[in-house]
Amino acid sequence: MEALGIGYRYRRQPVLQEVSFTLASGRFHALLGPNGAGKSTLFGLMTRLLALQQGELRLGERSLRRQPAAVMRHIGAVFQQNALDLDLSVSQNLLYHAALHGMSPREARLRCGEELERQRLTEHARIPVRRLNGGHRRRVEIARAMLHNPALLLLDEPTAGLDLDSRAALATHVRQLCRERQVTVLWATHLIEEIAPEDQVLVLHRGQLLADEPGDALCRRHGGISLTDTFNTLTREALA
Amino acid sequence: MTLRDFWYCFMGVQKREWLRFWQQRTRFASALVRPLLWLVVFAAGFRMVLGVSILPPYVTYITYETYIVPGLCGMIILFNSMQGALSMVYDRELGSMRVLLTSPLPRPFLLFTKLLAMGSVSVIQVYVFLLIARWGIGVRPPLEGYLAVLPALLLASLMLGALGLLIATWVKQLENFAGVMNFVIFPMFFLSSALYPLWRMQESSPWIYQVCLLNPFTHAVEMLRFALYLQWNGEATAITLGVTLALSTLAIGGFRPQRTRLLGAHLS
Repeated sequence: MEALGIGYRYRRQPVLQEVSFTLASGRFHALLGPNGAGKSTLFGLMTRLLALQQGELRLGERSLRRQPAAVMRHIGAVFQQNALDLDLSVSQNLLYHAALHGMSPREARLRCGEELERQRLTEHARIPVRRLNGGHRRRVEIARAMLHNPALLLLDEPTAGLDLDSRAALATHVRQLCRERQVTVLWATHLIEEIAPEDQVLVLHRGQLLADEPGDALCRRHGGISLTDTFNTLTREALA
Repeated sequence: MTLRDFWYCFMGVQKREWLRFWQQRTRFASALVRPLLWLVVFAAGFRMVLGVSILPPYVTYITYETYIVPGLCGMIILFNSMQGALSMVYDRELGSMRVLLTSPLPRPFLLFTKLLAMGSVSVIQVYVFLLIARWGIGVRPPLEGYLAVLPALLLASLMLGALGLLIATWVKQLENFAGVMNFVIFPMFFLSSALYPLWRMQESSPWIYQVCLLNPFTHAVEMLRFALYLQWNGEATAITLGVTLALSTLAIGGFRPQRTRLLGAHLS
């Protein structure tokens, strides 16, 4: 996906300003920024929950503004807030999503079985989501987002509310997904410890993109001993 | 996008709503308490005060219970539609709305499908209420009337669902159910022909009578009343249809996720 000069204002306040980047196919990208940096707004625009005001979002040759259906077919999203129906079972939640993508019931059941198996959730298929723990719920959301085989997986602070072990397990799982299925991943977070040195890091601060390069290269270029150190340098420079 | 995609999506949204209805059947059953209280308690108390003369579609003198049943069907739809619309943009249904709106299918189609699905659940509740009214209270419209009223119930559900969505999206002051109840549900219900024939209202206050005539809920209730007794009220149906089209266009065309809590509190 390519973002070209994205700008967004909310009540005259600029939330995003001239944000441009390209997500490399089959790679894990971390969108790093503190709360209020504009990450969720960017996700809103990429998932079409918000209408583009300025700039362009493209997936290959297709424009999200002009061919939304063609683009949305290839995007899977995991939102920061829970988007599962707690009263329905795991498979009922997945089948609902499949129907929204125009899958036939037979095709949907097949894909649902495959994804649940891949996420090691098969034995939970008939359980109401309410009875699952936070980590399992997130995995169900990832299974759902992957149901229509998207090329791009967007995750907005997916580890919010999870304990340390679940957070690490989820990050490992998504990286594995990225490697094995060549899915492009954009993982938004404000937690630097979730980012690996080899990840492509996009630093968003006060609506502006301050950096877009691999974490280790970013540290080297700014002379930081760690990503935290580099992030602090970058944001200080931006404020100055 | 093929017609097949639209069909599977349409059925998926309906099925989810029916599943939720079944899974939460005790909650839906408790929602029937309100109209039943009106039918059993209120009607018993007011039967003597509010005599009802012969008026179309009825061909003979009727009991007060018989008169208010169509209005209470409208009440079930009115409460459900407002509650459903608020859930869509503020609470319980937010997650499912996020998933719905990221579907590749056109947004107007998705929102229309969602409104219709919510309406279909209201219709199920109305039928349960009508059965209780028949066997428990003895309000017995012709059996064919139960079938004839189905399209009218769906149309009324769509109209009120669209109104609910429009209000929930655009009127910030009415983001909780208490506000909607005081400023939308009660005025619409009491300023209509649901509980008393409009000629009585005309005798008491011509001014309020005019307001009742302007209230689309009045026409929806009359459409239901006539359909239930196998008669066609062209004027009420035309007004309900026209208002449904206007409200649906405004609600669906004017839907803006940033005016809801779909993206979290910071943009609402």
